[in-house]
Amino acid sequence: MEQPISLKENFFKGIIKENPVFVLLLGCCPTLGVTSSAVNGLGMGAATAFVLVMSNLAIALVKNVIPDKVRIPAFIVIIAAFVTVVQLLMAAYTPALNEQLGLFIPLIVVNCIVLGRAEAFASRNTAVASMIDGLGMGVGFTFALLLLGTIRELLGNLSFFGYKLVEADGILIFVLAPGAFITLGFIIATMKWLKERESKRTH
Amino acid sequence: MEYLIIIISTIFINNIVLAKFLGICPFLGVSKNTSTAVGMGAAVVFVMTLSTIMTYLVQHYILLPLGIAYMQTVTYILVIAFLVQVVEIILKKVSPDLYQALGVYLPLITTNCTILGVAILVIQNNFNLLQSVVFAIGNSVGFTLAIALFSSIREQLDNADLPEYMQGIPAALITASILSMAFMGFAGLV
Repeated sequence: MEQPISLKENFFKGIIKENPVFVLLLGCCPTLGVTSSAVNGLGMGAATAFVLVMSNLAIALVKNVIPDKVRIPAFIVIIAAFVTVVQLLMAAYTPALNEQLGLFIPLIVVNCIVLGRAEAFASRNTAVASMIDGLGMGVGFTFALLLLGTIRELLGNLSFFGYKLVEADGILIFVLAPGAFITLGFIIATMKWLKERESKRTH
Repeated sequence: MEYLIIIISTIFINNIVLAKFLGICPFLGVSKNTSTAVGMGAAVVFVMTLSTIMTYLVQHYILLPLGIAYMQTVTYILVIAFLVQVVEIILKKVSPDLYQALGVYLPLITTNCTILGVAILVIQNNFNLLQSVVFAIGNSVGFTLAIALFSSIREQLDNADLPEYMQGIPAALITASILSMAFMGFAGLV
């Protein structure tokens, strides 16, 4: 029997233990694609978190009405509707960020995190629990993107949130494509190393 | 000549996986051995070409005349999901051999962001139908090239003596990084 978990645990599991990017390895395309700076990472994370919360809520509310066979297409349409909302809002209020993130905003639809949470969590839990789950996962995703964006910006541009720390050229490769892969690779390796050390200590 | 430039730039210079970061999930997920990687690549070439034609027609003959271009994302994802289903059913009936080869990869393709990504890029770049088809073929061949190269390297990685925390995904990502650096060498080709 699975223990019913508290709302607090439900929220925090998405941030560290089941972090969608570092542990579950979901949603890698925006993770690598938009994190050339910390601001971009934060913007993308927030947009995804909004879609996650809203689609989880909507799906939890209508889950009993949707026939099981057309479940997945129905989920995708709900998600796509919220993505369109985000797309229009960002185009209206944050045009500069919208320009930077570009293609990756509509691509939230096919971000495996969103559909994954819909299928794994929202389709069998209550509306409140689903919202909290979406929020936790969204914050975890944002945290991952922010971390990756900050590291890449620091190394590649020697700046922090656009504020130049040292007047010199950074290691350009980190803001380019290869830097994204290598930074994520080392972050995951570090997390695995920490986990390994911890399990050794407890034994 | 124009088409040749599109092909070369999509395969090598702006490679969809290594430079534009689309389709990373299958790139990491189904690249453990070369034959499945090539199978996935072939399925992507097939579906991407068809879906780009379909979404192009939908955009220009349904969404734009009706003035509902903002419904792009919702419509495209439905068209793609529908197309993948139809392709699966037709392949099963018409060519069981091909179905056997590509069948398992087809359901995965609906959520492959390269397909939706290319469909949207085509509209953003204002391509005509023929340019769109060439663009789709170039990108899907680029995807296949990247995933095939990557999987052949990963097969070798299995034999490498790595510390435990570097095994698997971290090593794969660092390999991808080096591959991506190699592809940067193509910049300035066109």
